[in-house]
Amino acid sequence: MGPHATWFSFFPGYEGLRTSLEGALGRRWTWQVFQTTHFEIDHILGGLLVVLVLSFLAIRYALSIRASGDRGAVPPPRLGIRALLETFADLVYSLMEGPMGAQNARRFLPLIGTLFLFILFCNLIALIPGFLPPTDTLKTNLGLALMIFVLTHVYGVAAHGLKYFKHFMGPLWWLAPLMIPIEIISHIARPVSLSVRLLGNITADHKVGAVIFALIPYLIPVLLLGLGVLVAVVQAIVFSLLSTIYISTAIAHEEH
Amino acid sequence: MRRVAKLFVPLAAFVLTALSSAAAFAQGAAAPAADNSKGLIGIGAALAIGLAALGGGLGQGRAAASALDGIARNPQASGKIFVPMIVGLALIESLVIYGLLIAFTLSGKI
Repeated sequence: MGPHATWFSFFPGYEGLRTSLEGALGRRWTWQVFQTTHFEIDHILGGLLVVLVLSFLAIRYALSIRASGDRGAVPPPRLGIRALLETFADLVYSLMEGPMGAQNARRFLPLIGTLFLFILFCNLIALIPGFLPPTDTLKTNLGLALMIFVLTHVYGVAAHGLKYFKHFMGPLWWLAPLMIPIEIISHIARPVSLSVRLLGNITADHKVGAVIFALIPYLIPVLLLGLGVLVAVVQAIVFSLLSTIYISTAIAHEEH
Repeated sequence: MRRVAKLFVPLAAFVLTALSSAAAFAQGAAAPAADNSKGLIGIGAALAIGLAALGGGLGQGRAAASALDGIARNPQASGKIFVPMIVGLALIESLVIYGLLIAFTLSGKI
């Protein structure tokens, strides 16, 4: 799919911003899967839009908690912003409680919850005609996956000190020359698989939607919108759940 | 499993025949301007997604069948079975998506 015009192109400074950023940040080398590319800033602008929307929702939520006299202990009567965000937070907490236990889940809920909401809203923005999902490209996905990868090791070292790296050597000391490459490869495969899974699902969904819309523009694309919502939610859940499992295996060596 | 094994031999035979016939045409110089590289890239892209979907379909079928068996034995556990089933399906599907990405990359080179 070539360059895709979005609503962002109606902003007055868009083309100037795009050419100046392409000069500064564009990629001119090619290697294997990374071929010549059309530099687009629509994904970055979409990501900024998602961050603005999430900040707005968070501020409204904090204000409504403050406005209810009891610090939010009573559930809200109607389905508003507060009930929606509490549903998402409960969903993420119940996902995390399994691998991590209640105390760790409460500790990491800001991280994984924000990750979940960001990915969910980025995926959902693809369903609005005229927007590109920021998770369509490796820029966003690899950034998120590398953040989780680095945080896994940071939390592991914070929990165990430098002895954390001893688990690369495997259970028996004389298996270490075999275990270290295997462990390193499996650790590198984690951010790659996280980012490519999200990328592939969202891109494939978007392209199939475009193809079906070109064939039958009338009622069938509505079914694809429903499938798009399902894929968005499931992929956000899978990314968050896998991040939780990676962090919990990094911290949970205390039983040994 | 034996049904899949029985399909493998004709499938492999077909693929080898198709590829060797392309090589035979190139050597016979019957059509000297025929460069088969685009055709082979096309076949590669189609095989990538086709085989990935085949394996993914079988894997997801087994996962869904086990989940449905569990729900049938114990309908009250359907809430607890549903979420792990969805996560398992998404993980199996991710392997299919890797194949799909290769298919997109190759079909972009045609």
